[in-house]
Amino acid sequence: MSKGSLNPMRRRKRQRIIVVLTAMGLLGIAVGLILVALQENIVFFIAPSEIAERQIESGQRFRLGGLVEAGSLEQQPNDPTIHFRITDLEASVPVQYRGLLPDLFREGEGVVAEGRLTAEGIFEADSILAKHDENYMPKEVIESLKKSGRWQPQEERPKDEDS
Amino acid sequence: MAAAFAVGIYMALITSPADFKQGESVRIMYIHVPSAWMALLTYTIIAVASGVSIIWRHPLADLAAKSAAPVGLAFTGLALITGSLWGKPMWGDWWVWDARLTSVLVLFFLYLGYIAIWQAIEDQNQASRAAAILALVGFVNVPIIKFSVEWWSTLHQPASVIRLDGPTIDGSMLVPLLVMVLAFKAYFITVLLWRMKAELVARKLQVLRLKKAQGA
Repeated sequence: MSKGSLNPMRRRKRQRIIVVLTAMGLLGIAVGLILVALQENIVFFIAPSEIAERQIESGQRFRLGGLVEAGSLEQQPNDPTIHFRITDLEASVPVQYRGLLPDLFREGEGVVAEGRLTAEGIFEADSILAKHDENYMPKEVIESLKKSGRWQPQEERPKDEDS
Repeated sequence: MAAAFAVGIYMALITSPADFKQGESVRIMYIHVPSAWMALLTYTIIAVASGVSIIWRHPLADLAAKSAAPVGLAFTGLALITGSLWGKPMWGDWWVWDARLTSVLVLFFLYLGYIAIWQAIEDQNQASRAAAILALVGFVNVPIIKFSVEWWSTLHQPASVIRLDGPTIDGSMLVPLLVMVLAFKAYFITVLLWRMKAELVARKLQVLRLKKAQGA
């Protein structure tokens, strides 16, 4: 086979490479732009400090996410309503909820509540989800650390939800 | 492969510790994470093979992509199901429409669509092109899945293993997880080779039948 007969084939291959890469690049940019534009709709929950910024009015349904503020969990005897505060360490919102709580629901842990803000600024939740974080540790290690007094619960850190 | 599974499952179910928050439910993770990783890896392999098939027209690339798809679909399904089983007791719900779960569901449908194209178009050359284009277009979803937990607020946790500041999973749980990941990889390679061989034989058979029909 002479060199001349190979060249057009090679050229076609190079063209195909360019077409495929450009098409994928353009597609990537297009999808990226769409995702940036839809940012506000893709987030699963919003943080307490974002409520004012997003101009959420009372009665509007949304998901509020953050940490269960340490020491804020309250329940009156003979009243099934649970009161606590959700915080992102910048702002915090009082929440009330009637119903079952998931296993991982604890003070200082992540939580996502769905419901509405009342006119008084209390978040009335009708469903509560616990948010598990990325830390995995054996039970025994934590217990022995606690026993020796070296266990420090993870520092509550603000989550950069809107980065 | 069998040995890796035997060791991995033994470690995951018996020798690895319970988690300080999740308790025994953490063991679902040893299936969930390898399946989810393999779901992404398999799709990436299909996309690369599809690119090779479109540009260089290499028949083996086609064969690899076609044979990998049902395996990837199974991995994706397994990740979705195990995630759901874990989600109910831990989060409090089987399913939520957050960015991670939704984008993985999209991946599941991409696999289905890819397989459907191969089944629907009779001419294998046409089917290969159409399927390859779908695979390449759908590849845009792979980085979305990977970074969904960082770009948007999700209920799904962020990455525990592949992160800049090192794993946030204790070594006693990381080792069994990695053994399971190896076992899944070995399974994938074994099944992919089987499927490719079967596909190759099927194509040869078709050619032979055609020849016979023409000769008769």
